[in-house]
Amino acid sequence: MTAADEQPVVLRLSGIVKTFPGVRALDGVQLEVRAGEVHCLLGQNGAGKSTLIKVLAGVHRPDAGSMLWQGEEVTFATPQAATKAGISTIYQELDLVDDLTVAENVFLGHEQSTGGFVRRKQMRREAQVVLDRLGHGDLPVARVMGRLPAAAKQVVSMARALSHEARLIVMDEPSALLAHDEVANLFRVVRELTSRGIAVVYISHRLDEIREIGDRVTVLKDGRTSAVNLPARTTSTKDLVNRMTGRTIEYVFPDRTKPVSSDVAPLLEVTGLSRHGEFDDVSFTVRPGEIVGIAGLGGSGRSELLETIYGARASDAGQVRLDGTILPSGRIGFAVRCGLGLAPEERKSQALLLDDCVYRNVTLATFSRYASRGLTHASDEREAALRMSEVLALHPRGVMRPVKTLSGGNQQKVVLGRWLLDPSESDDADDADDAVASSRRRHAASGTRLLLLDEPTRGVDVGARADLYRVIRGLADDGLGVLMVSSEVPEVLGLADRVLVMREGRLLHEAAAQDLDEATVLDLVMAGSLLEGDQL
Amino acid sequence: MTGLTDVAMENESSSLQGGHGPRSSLQQWFRDDASEPVRRNLGLVAVLLVLYAIGAWSRPDIFLHAERLWTNELTVLTLASSVGVIAIGMTFVIISAGIDLSVGALLALASVWCSTVATQQYGVGVMVVTALLVGAIAGLVNGVLIAYGRMAPFIVTLAMMVAARGLAQKISGKTTQVVKVEDITNIAQNTLLGIPWLVLIFAAVAALAWVLLNRTTFGRRTAAIGGNREAARLAGISVRRTEVLIYVLSGLCCGIAAVMVTAQANAGSSDHGNLYELQAIAAAIIGGTVFTGGRGTIVGSVLGVLVFTSITNLFIVNNLAIEYQLIAQGVIIVAAVLIQQFRVGTLRRRKSSP
Repeated sequence: MTAADEQPVVLRLSGIVKTFPGVRALDGVQLEVRAGEVHCLLGQNGAGKSTLIKVLAGVHRPDAGSMLWQGEEVTFATPQAATKAGISTIYQELDLVDDLTVAENVFLGHEQSTGGFVRRKQMRREAQVVLDRLGHGDLPVARVMGRLPAAAKQVVSMARALSHEARLIVMDEPSALLAHDEVANLFRVVRELTSRGIAVVYISHRLDEIREIGDRVTVLKDGRTSAVNLPARTTSTKDLVNRMTGRTIEYVFPDRTKPVSSDVAPLLEVTGLSRHGEFDDVSFTVRPGEIVGIAGLGGSGRSELLETIYGARASDAGQVRLDGTILPSGRIGFAVRCGLGLAPEERKSQALLLDDCVYRNVTLATFSRYASRGLTHASDEREAALRMSEVLALHPRGVMRPVKTLSGGNQQKVVLGRWLLDPSESDDADDADDAVASSRRRHAASGTRLLLLDEPTRGVDVGARADLYRVIRGLADDGLGVLMVSSEVPEVLGLADRVLVMREGRLLHEAAAQDLDEATVLDLVMAGSLLEGDQL
Repeated sequence: MTGLTDVAMENESSSLQGGHGPRSSLQQWFRDDASEPVRRNLGLVAVLLVLYAIGAWSRPDIFLHAERLWTNELTVLTLASSVGVIAIGMTFVIISAGIDLSVGALLALASVWCSTVATQQYGVGVMVVTALLVGAIAGLVNGVLIAYGRMAPFIVTLAMMVAARGLAQKISGKTTQVVKVEDITNIAQNTLLGIPWLVLIFAAVAALAWVLLNRTTFGRRTAAIGGNREAARLAGISVRRTEVLIYVLSGLCCGIAAVMVTAQANAGSSDHGNLYELQAIAAAIIGGTVFTGGRGTIVGSVLGVLVFTSITNLFIVNNLAIEYQLIAQGVIIVAAVLIQQFRVGTLRRRKSSP
C-alpha cells in the first residue's frame, strides 16, 4: 500500500514521557500515523504499549512531549475528549454491555434522543448504516449482544468507533480472542476502514498478522521507540525481534547454584494433558530443586495449563502425577494435600482476602492444619506468619495489618508465604498432652513440594523483583520444584533452569535456559518460524 | 525448607503488631485497622446509651427507677431473644456473602411441625428435636441448591420462604395449635437467678456462635468465602461444603427460635416469625456485617438486635403508634449503613495520603 506514503500525517507524537511512581513507563516516545494506514505497534510486555495507547485515548496525560492531531497541538483531559476529537480505542476487554442490543451498544453513551426519549428506530437505522459500511450489514441490530460470538462483538466495537466519526482507531490485540477464520474477517473490516481514509493503530504479538495487515511498524522497548516507521512487509523477523530484545532494565537474577542432575526422579510428571480449546497434548516433567519456566503469550494456554495441573480446572485427557501419585482432575483439595501450591495470575481477585490481615492471608491454605479438633490456633498462626514474614523480608513488618495496604511485591510474598508454611514444626511444647491431635497434624502437613507460579512478578516494581527472584531460587535450592509461567522472556530465561515454549496451546520447544537466547524464544513465542522454517 | 524457616526464631519478641509500634496510647488504638470492629461495637453501645437517655427523659418513672428499669430491660432482652438467635445465624450467612430470606417462614414451619397433636404426645424432648431437625433440614435444602445447584441465595431462599410458609399453613390448617405440654411453656416462664431462660438461650447461642466464628476452622472458611470466593477455592478450601453448612446453621437457628416463640405464645402457628427475615438482616447490617461479605461480628449483631428492640420498647412505653416505630427503624438502618460507608471512606482517604 504505497499509496499510504503519500497520505497526510494525522497524528504525530514526539518526546512523550509518562512516569508513574517508581516507573518511567514512557521515555520519549515518537509515533507518526498517516491517514488510511495500518500502523503496527510492537514491543514486549512492559515496553510501554498499553501506556502509549492510554495516552492516545485520553486516559493518561503525558508529563512531557507534544501530540499533534490533524495538525493541531492537543491534550486530551478525558477519554470523552479523545473520542470527540476522533480517536477511538478498542481495548482487549471489549467494553460492550451484554444485555443491550447491537444498536444500543453502537450508540452507548451517545444515544440518539429527543427530549430525553430514546429514538430506537432511528438508532437501529443508523446502526444498520454503520454496519453496512463495515461490510457487516447482516448483523442483527435488534439482537442482544451477549448472544453474539466474540468476532461479532469486535465488529460492533468498531461500528461504535465509526459512529463517533473516528479518524483514528486504536486496536489493542484485536485478534487475541479470535479463531483463525475470524481473523481474516477482522482484516477485511480493517481494510474497509483504511480504504475510507481512517487510520488504524494495530497492536499484536503475532508477526504473521503484522505482515499481512500492517503498513508500517513502530517498535517500543523500555518506554522508548527503538525503531520507527519500518515497512511491515519487508523488514525481516530477525530485525524486528532484535529491536525488541536486549532491554536495558537490569534484572538481577540469582545464580543457579547447582545443576539438577537428570537422574533424579521427576517430582511432577504431566503426560498428554489436554483441555478442549485451551491446550493440547502437553507432556513434561519437573524435578525437585528445579525451576521450569513456561514462556508464552496470554492466550497461549499457559495459565489454563497451570490451573489444570492444580485441579482448578478439569482436564479432558491426560494425567498429572506428583511423586508418583496420580492427581485426580479438578480436585484442588487433593492436590494441596499432596503438596501442590499455586500463586495465581490475578493476585487481588484470585489469591488474597484484601480486607483481611496478613497472617490470615498467609495461613489461608493451612489454618486447618494448625487447628486441633476444629479449633483454630490463632497464636500459632500469627507466629508462623511472623517467621515467614521475616524469612521473606516482608515490608512493612507486622502481620496484623490489612493485606491491601501492602505493595504488589509484598502482596506476592504473602501469597508465596502461604505455601511455605510447615505447620508440623510448630508448638510441640504446649500440647504434649494432646499427642493424638499433634501427630495427626504432623501427618497431614506434608508441606508444599511443588509451587506453580503464574506471572509471579506482575505488577511488581523492578526493585522488588530481584527480591522475589532470590526467594524463588532459594526455594528451589531447598528442594522444591517450581513451575512458573511468565510472558516476560528475560524473566523466564534468567530464572528458570529449563524452558518450555508454549504457543497456541501446544508445547513447541524445550531446552535448558543456558542454551536459549531472548531472540530465539521471542521468535518462537510470537511467530514459531524457527520450527516452521519460514525465514524472512 | 528448614533453611527458610529457622531464621528469626529469636526475633519472636518483636511484637506481633510490629510496624504499628507499641500501642501505648488510646489514639493509636483508634487509628489501628484491627480495632475497627471493636470501635464500631462501641459506637453501638453509645447508641444504646442515647436510647436510654431518651427513655430517662421521656419516662423517668421507669428508666430512673432501678427495679422498674431492671424489669423493663429484661422485657427488652426477652423480646430480642428469638429474633436475636435468628440474626446470629443470618450473620454467618451474610459474612459468607449470601442471604437467607427464608428464616421467618422456617421458624413458622418448625413451630407448627413441633406442635402438632401427634408430636405433642411424645413430650418436650421430641418436640424440641423436631423443631431443630425441621429447621436444619430446610437449611440443608437451601444450602444444597445454592452450593451445588449454583443458584443465587436470594432466589433459593425467596422460594423457600414462600414454600415453607405454605407448608406451615397446610400442616396447621391455618389454625393456632395450642401447646398442652407444660415443659414447653415453662421455657418461656422459667428463670434462673432472675433471668428468663429465653434470654439465657440467646446468650448461650451467641457465645457458641462467637466461638464458632472466631475460633474454629468453620468460621475461618466462612469469612474466607465471603472475603474472596475464588481465593478461598484456590487455597484448597471446600467452598461448597462450607456453604451448605452455613445454611444448615441458619436453619438450625430458626429451629431454636421456633421453640422459643412457640413457648412464648404457648402455641404453634403458621403466622409466627412474620418479617423476622427483615429484622434479622437489619440487625446484622446495623451490627456492622458487610453486606458484600467477608466481615462481621457476632457482638455487633447482638447489639444490633438490642438497638432494634430498644427502639420498639421506647415507643411502647411512651404509648406511641406502631407506624412511628417502623419509620424510626427504617431511619436507623439507613443511618447505620451511611455511617459505615463514611468510616470506610475516611479510612481509604487516610491510606492514600502518605
